Amino acid sequence: MAILISNLELVPGRRVLKHLGLVQGSTVRAKHAGKDLLASLKNIVGGELKAYTELLQESREEAMARMTKQAEAVGANAVLNVRFATSSITAGAAEIFAYGTAVVLE
Amino acid sequence: MKDLVVFGILFVVGYFAGRWNERRHYASIHQREDALSGVLVFSNRFPPAGAGRVGTKLVTGSAVISEDYFKGVVASLQNLFGGRIRSYESLLDRARREAVLRMKQEAKDLGASMIINVKFQTFAIGGRNPNAVRGVEMLAYGTALSAAPRAGTALSDAPKAGTALSAAPKAGTALTSRA
Repeated sequence: MAILISNLELVPGRRVLKHLGLVQGSTVRAKHAGKDLLASLKNIVGGELKAYTELLQESREEAMARMTKQAEAVGANAVLNVRFATSSITAGAAEIFAYGTAVVLE
Repeated sequence: MKDLVVFGILFVVGYFAGRWNERRHYASIHQREDALSGVLVFSNRFPPAGAGRVGTKLVTGSAVISEDYFKGVVASLQNLFGGRIRSYESLLDRARREAVLRMKQEAKDLGASMIINVKFQTFAIGGRNPNAVRGVEMLAYGTALSAAPRAGTALSDAPKAGTALSAAPKAGTALTSRA
């Protein structure tokens, strides 16, 4: 069963039957040294760093997948009020964190 | 001396390539903003009244935009004096608009007509490390409301809601009749 993920507090037209508490997922990623070399060249001319966009997007999906897994484990069918947070751990690595409230919707 | 020549070359290349890249990016942003103007974006927490039972889905868009050498040098100079750092303002503007466009595209692919509860997040890649690759990530996320037939009417419902309001004079007449 697919879990509904939303950053709304209430889903229109559906009642929350049960609150199951906070669920979260996070991942720490570092970039590839070769890609970093290309990115540093891009730093001279400007423009989008596609490798970084993809890296962060993938990490965000991973964090969300882990959050969804946790929601499944507690028996939820939706995660509401989802938020993201990003922080740099060291120069080369970033943590991507996703969290939300697991609920049972009717 | 050699360092100065390298610096000069990077500075000039950064200026021209950066300007060219920025102009091209803005052209693409303007074009796609027009193409995606059908998807409405709100920062409201709740859907507009009359939206009915709709499907919801989280949509995200993100972009990492790098500064160029020229912008970096100019910004570090401006940093000494404080005040407005114009070279970075356009960078953040581009990143944010690009992120919104990608989010809108995702919503459009889902057949949604609006995105509500939009939140933004900014992340500086490289942090304060001067040797790291420097860029800024902008993330935009929100909830796409997808009920193609209903959501469309929800907005065009506005005049209908107006008629509901224009029922008010009727109540008024009820009052006047009593008077």
